[in-house]
Amino acid sequence: MTEKTILYRGAEAEIRLARYMGFRVVQKRRMPKSYRIKNIDDRLISMRTREEAKLMTEARIRGVSVPIIYDVDLEKGIITMEYLKGKRIKDILNNLSEKERMCICNKVGESIARFHNNDIIHGDITTSNMILLDDRVHFIDFGLGEKNSEMEAKGVDLHVLMEAIESTHSRYAKCFDYVLDGYRKEFKGDAGLVVKKIEEIVKRGRYR
Amino acid sequence: MICLGIEGTAHTISVGIVKDTRGKCRVLSNVIKIYRPEQGGGIHPREAANHHADFVADLIRESVNKANVDFDDVDLISFSKGPGLGPCLRTAATAARALALSLDKPIMGVNHCVAHLEIGRGTISDCIDPVLLYTSGANTQVIAFAEGRYRVFGETLDIGIGNCLDKFGRTLKLDFPCGPKIEELAKSGKEYLELPYSIKGMDIAFSGLLTAAEQYYDDGKRIEDICYSIQETTFAALTEVTERAMAHTEKDEVLLGGGVAANKRLQDMANTMASERGARFFVPSKDLCIDNGAMIAWLGFLMYDSGMRMGIEESVIDQRFRTDMVDVSWRD
Repeated sequence: MTEKTILYRGAEAEIRLARYMGFRVVQKRRMPKSYRIKNIDDRLISMRTREEAKLMTEARIRGVSVPIIYDVDLEKGIITMEYLKGKRIKDILNNLSEKERMCICNKVGESIARFHNNDIIHGDITTSNMILLDDRVHFIDFGLGEKNSEMEAKGVDLHVLMEAIESTHSRYAKCFDYVLDGYRKEFKGDAGLVVKKIEEIVKRGRYR
Repeated sequence: MICLGIEGTAHTISVGIVKDTRGKCRVLSNVIKIYRPEQGGGIHPREAANHHADFVADLIRESVNKANVDFDDVDLISFSKGPGLGPCLRTAATAARALALSLDKPIMGVNHCVAHLEIGRGTISDCIDPVLLYTSGANTQVIAFAEGRYRVFGETLDIGIGNCLDKFGRTLKLDFPCGPKIEELAKSGKEYLELPYSIKGMDIAFSGLLTAAEQYYDDGKRIEDICYSIQETTFAALTEVTERAMAHTEKDEVLLGGGVAANKRLQDMANTMASERGARFFVPSKDLCIDNGAMIAWLGFLMYDSGMRMGIEESVIDQRFRTDMVDVSWRD
């Protein structure tokens, strides 16, 4: 492993470009946080790294586009994975035509339904965590994800995206409706129940 | 311009007077009176409102005296329009209306959560465009300015952090507010007891942690250790969602607000987080962190100064006044 360029420094992790057995790869390393005690820090880093790797692998098997994982280091909190040379949906969504926006949001919804069909909860579905490459929407950062079969978890998962769209793409609020259209198409259970759950969560939030 | 603001969203009735000086806020007076429920109980909205009605007139007089101004010098009356408890909000709004009518001055209803952010920007010189971690009894929100509004990037999915601390405090039979007592007990904590750490995206939940903490209490664990573990876990989660919002919005200032912002451990964590990412950390003085009239006065001034007007017939309260409903006409 040589040549390490930082691609992105998030709140939780650093994404570096590196070489791994001759491949160009991305390494995601969770950084220790000195504001929290070591006990919590160690627990969160190793737990999240393990969960993320597990969920990504399973999502891939279930037909969701995610980077291929090459290596996982639980102690250091590093996942080595395929490098996707695409564009973040967050950066392009506002500049698309309405038709393109609809098409992409439909795909997003379909992918979410595919992992929800298998009780995979992403935990942080925002447009910064989706990469468009070769006309496919790839999902990254399953770091806050979990396996959960409850309707509530699916509702909360989609609610996170709804809030992200409202705050980052507020002029294009219809995006979330497009996402739900795609979701309805692909979801195997009763998508109406999930939508109802989202409405319930919105009402439950404070002062809405 | 001199503005008098009346705060009355929950426990606190407060009257503050501020003056704008070169775009910054000078607090001339800020008098605060807090309703305290009986031991072991939570807030009773009607009794809190009665408490506010008993004291508001005296507080108005006291604030004017302390500010060393005459009623004639006051140019604007503002009040907390919401969010909050109906009876409390109505009491403060009624007092504001009566004062505005009798002095023949304009009136302005303001959003309580936005006021917490604006008082930081108004009184701290380098605080320009912060992400606010607003932590109080009922409210736990991460707020930042984006696309023309103050938007909520993360918030509690169940109870506010202050409420969580108060509820656990009641289990220990502590007096309201329990946060400062829990902070004190936590200092003698030695062993960390594992508690649920619940973050969904940038949202956060505390009720599972509260149940687990109460379970530790029932199991006879050391109270100091439980308090320590509650603080370490909840504050780490709050700091984490704040950092996520900072990364998401690409802002490099963090501001604390709300009653829980007075907690030194929370300040420590937010400060450490900020310096690790090269950001700046701000916390207003304690009387401007807790619910107070000065922040209501200052936001009233900002709105009025930007050209907004409110007729007396529009001066109604809104218990569910969302942060992102406010049209932020005073910022670019």
